Amino acid sequence: MSDEIAIRVNNVSKNFRLPHEKSSTLKGVFTSLVSKKRKGYETQHALKNISFEVKTGEFFGIVGRNGSGKSTLLKILANIYQPNKGTVEVRGKLVPFIELGVGFNPELSGRENVFLNGALLGFSRKEMQAMYKDIVEFAELERFMDQKLKNYSSGMQVRLAFSLAIRANTDILLVDEVLAVGDADFQRKCFEYFKTLKRNNKTVVFVTHDMDAIREYCDRALMIEGSKIVKIGSPDSIAQSYHKLFATPTTNKEGASQDRWGDKLAYTSDMSIQLESNTITVTQKVMANQSLSGPVIGFRIRDAAGKEVTGTNTAIENTKIHDLRQGKSITLEWRFANILADGQYLIDPAVLHQDGITVSDWWNDSKRFTVKKNRHLPYTLDPGFTLRVSND
Amino acid sequence: MKVIELSEVKDLKNRYRYSTILLKQLVKTDFKLRYQGSFLGYVWTLLRPLALFAILYVVFGKFLKIGDSVPHFPIYLLLGIVVWNYFAEVTSGSVAAIVGKGELIRKINFPKYVIVLAGSFSALINLCINFVVVGLFLYINDVDIRTIATTLPIFIVELFIFSLALAFFLSAAYVRFRDINYIWEVIMQAAFYITPILYPLSLLPENAAKIIMLNPMAQIIQDMRYVLVTDKTLTMSGVYNSHYIRAVPVGVTILLVVIAAVYFKKRSRYFAEDV
Repeated sequence: MSDEIAIRVNNVSKNFRLPHEKSSTLKGVFTSLVSKKRKGYETQHALKNISFEVKTGEFFGIVGRNGSGKSTLLKILANIYQPNKGTVEVRGKLVPFIELGVGFNPELSGRENVFLNGALLGFSRKEMQAMYKDIVEFAELERFMDQKLKNYSSGMQVRLAFSLAIRANTDILLVDEVLAVGDADFQRKCFEYFKTLKRNNKTVVFVTHDMDAIREYCDRALMIEGSKIVKIGSPDSIAQSYHKLFATPTTNKEGASQDRWGDKLAYTSDMSIQLESNTITVTQKVMANQSLSGPVIGFRIRDAAGKEVTGTNTAIENTKIHDLRQGKSITLEWRFANILADGQYLIDPAVLHQDGITVSDWWNDSKRFTVKKNRHLPYTLDPGFTLRVSND
Repeated sequence: MKVIELSEVKDLKNRYRYSTILLKQLVKTDFKLRYQGSFLGYVWTLLRPLALFAILYVVFGKFLKIGDSVPHFPIYLLLGIVVWNYFAEVTSGSVAAIVGKGELIRKINFPKYVIVLAGSFSALINLCINFVVVGLFLYINDVDIRTIATTLPIFIVELFIFSLALAFFLSAAYVRFRDINYIWEVIMQAAFYITPILYPLSLLPENAAKIIMLNPMAQIIQDMRYVLVTDKTLTMSGVYNSHYIRAVPVGVTILLVVIAAVYFKKRSRYFAEDV
């Protein structure tokens, strides 16, 4: 990394006009001219006064929840959108990697798509011919190149697209969640490619929800929330703030979430979680406001990013709960093996009617707990591995 | 005298390198897709004007004798229709060109004009093939090829520029106003009849001919017929004496180029948001 600046974003704002009623016909234009009604659109501020710099050779992460403006920012960097205010300076050649296989045409053969996509990356036919063999070999698609792309499986398409994308000869790369697609094998290839980029001192701007990737690859990161930059800093501090982001807004004074619904005939009145190194015990107390016959009671566990990890209920466990009478309560104690990896988790208890569908009380994010195992796995589950190595 | 440095030429080449690469590839793709799945493929490009000529020959040469005053009337007709088809292909094809590439535009930044240019070039290739067929009939019919025929490229260039300017304007306007395609369809139908394609201009009263000739397409078609088929064709100099008025179609074209270029350039910055 050097002190040279690769990207300088200076006070950038971006608004989108969202028409109330899409007046993209001439009639719409004329009628709005004549009637002089209130303006027919709403302004959405996608980005407000964004400023930051990315140094040459830096791996720079951008995080934020959905709709915070990350992708708009990336598109402005890629010069796809024009900012309403502010400037973006880019030094060096920039390739947006916003989506894999841009411009792929399903009606064309794999071979023709390679040349078409290559042209979009700026390679002449001659240059592509020189690289063609490598591209196809890397994608492991030698036998399929003369078939139409529409006959490819999605995995094959992604492989071909990725194999093409990494040929891009560029100084700056913009990456938008490409890691989210593809199977484990493909993700491994992506990570390997990232390591190569890092070795070759390329500048990468990287948008993701994956905090482990942020910690592992980024030199610095930026968090965007509500169209504004809330923090720029080390990957660790950004990852922490990101997790907090999901904690604060849904929690009230007592620390319990209000993201809760249902008819409340019966409801979860208390949840407690006891963590031991090998077992987790969840104690769930359910109170009945009114009588509820044969309720189905259960819970679900999600990780800090909101992804569902596991869960169960009394119907799945084939345990029939007797009818709850008004004013009575019942306590359930769930025990299960603690195979969760390090990290923070949310627990969402639920009380359902007999049909298992009608919600009596659904309580998202009722409690949070943190699993600490003193070792870091970049995955959700840590079932405890044993290893035996034998020399053959 | 300013000496152009080698590096400047290189710069210019680099600047347009991406556009040229993209343009070539888009034209190629366009051709591949156009004839995909058809048995005769590219041969259709040749067969279409041939079949058209056969029809024209029978209808206008044998039954409708409106073209008796014009020598080689079927070829005269064929030329007009071939040129008109080019114009229609470029302009009508361009309307949805930018919107049709919306997926691409939203994901990668590239010079948008390449899309419109690619459509124009692929139609131009078609036109050239059609001209080969026209040439063939000129030869078969023993039409006297005069030296003035060498000026044909001038009119092809004019046709190319005029059609392209309209294409730029239409494609950019369609991004915002989705009525353009219907409006253009109606305009094209009317324009087909106010351009002397199916009838010799000499059949019209003088005043009508005068108005019609101000239309660049009428001027181009008549000039092409004049240089290729017969000097009996009524051209600009046959209807107007004033040099200034004769220059109107070229002036219209230049004006259109300026308007279209400015409009397209201004709008293309926002294509990604608007498509």
